Amino acid sequence: MQYALLIYGGDPDAPPDRPMDEAVAAVLARPYVTGWARLHAAGSATTVRAGEAGMLLTDGPFVDSKEFLAGLVMIEADDLDGALAVAAELQETREGGAIEVRPLREGCPRGA
Amino acid sequence: MALDAVFREHWARVLATLVGILGDIELAEEAAAEAFAIAAERWPRDGEPANPNAWLVVTARNRAVDQLRRRRLLAEKTRLLARGLETAPEATMHDPPAFRDERLELIFTCCHPSLALEAQVALTLRTLGGLSTEEIALAFLVPPDTMSKRLTRAKRKIRDAGIPFAVPPDHQLPDRLAAVLAVVYLIFNEGWGGGRVDLAAEAIHLARALTDLMPDEGEVLALLALMLLHDARRAARFRDGRLVLLDDQDRSLWDAGQIDEGRRVLQRALARGTAGPYAIQAAIADLHLRQPRDWRQIAALYDVLARRTGSPVVEMNRAVAIAELEGPEAALAILDRLDLGQYRYFHSTRADLLRRAGRTAEAERAYRRALELTRTAPERRFLETRLAELRPPAEG
Repeated sequence: MQYALLIYGGDPDAPPDRPMDEAVAAVLARPYVTGWARLHAAGSATTVRAGEAGMLLTDGPFVDSKEFLAGLVMIEADDLDGALAVAAELQETREGGAIEVRPLREGCPRGA
Repeated sequence: MALDAVFREHWARVLATLVGILGDIELAEEAAAEAFAIAAERWPRDGEPANPNAWLVVTARNRAVDQLRRRRLLAEKTRLLARGLETAPEATMHDPPAFRDERLELIFTCCHPSLALEAQVALTLRTLGGLSTEEIALAFLVPPDTMSKRLTRAKRKIRDAGIPFAVPPDHQLPDRLAAVLAVVYLIFNEGWGGGRVDLAAEAIHLARALTDLMPDEGEVLALLALMLLHDARRAARFRDGRLVLLDDQDRSLWDAGQIDEGRRVLQRALARGTAGPYAIQAAIADLHLRQPRDWRQIAALYDVLARRTGSPVVEMNRAVAIAELEGPEAALAILDRLDLGQYRYFHSTRADLLRRAGRTAEAERAYRRALELTRTAPERRFLETRLAELRPPAEG
């Protein structure tokens, strides 16, 4: 099964050029990782909405809260336990935040 | 669908096997319900088949395959195709295959930690216990519609999120088994305090099944022993709709046979070298049934349990034993350190200790607070009686 690991929180004031943690890089290099993305801080987001007079742009993330989406990892796993184990391994390298594990309904992973 | 005793004994096993075959609890449940309905019609007429379990599984599987065909989803159900599933002609059912018992896989699926506890409880009662949605709703005092949605959501999450239908590997087993036992004990305690649908009996039934499936797990035996020993006092716990405390209970109403069984099961648990939380609690429950009560040993076991679990409720129970050994003030000193302000038994326990310490005004306030938090009528009547008995010590 395909799962998306939604990486939330972490340090909002971390410098944008901070290199990736080695332990994280090692996980992302594994064959079952089918795609990943590290996102710039939530302040760099622009949200697009359909308004009555056409598209409406707002400065900032859709959900305005302390919990922001920081990254995304797509993986292949046998079942939820497999996906949760990868999430737990990634979360151990982080300080704070949380990882939401969501099964993919459909998708286009790398190599597909 | 209400299942009578005969069906009840087959339900969990048939459903578990079907979940293993079909990979989907919702589909398996619909198919099982259909098969049981067909059996209800045919068995009284044609006689019970030689292997009722296999008959039900094959019949249900055939219905499910038909159903999938109708939905034109068969091609997607690779799991079905991989197992070469075809509708077996019912004529060949005089010699049906033997199906593996997969109830253990099912209970670990239903008690997976990615499901909310209330969903785990409801699913376990529905799938393993065979209770109807209406019965579960009644037991937990929620509208049937709410319970139905809760069950449907949980079943869909199991399917969509890929919650495994498997007994966890060894490194995960202790944690996951603890989660299963917690669900069973929670079901028991719901029944213990309330006495609505017979949840205590359900929990004992589930624990018995678990001891059959995992005969070497000491904590499973210990949980069964704990519940048997508590439940043996059931008939003596209420009198005229009022809760009766252990010391005031009519011991002739205790179920001596069940106490014996509980003690034997506890011995089997201890023989497996378990000293887990349920074994300790069962040993305490056993001590409470003996006369006179050995408060020193009870306090010592609560002390072990409190260190093990860090639970303030356990610490409160230790305080009750300390009150017997050192007096109510020593126990009140322990209670003062606990953060249990929302727990109804904390206030009733504290009230009783204050009463015994002669601190009547404080006792009265504590009884009133306990009354505010109490949910059941027998407990309320008990507390009201106690409150009425509080008299200023002027006459003495």
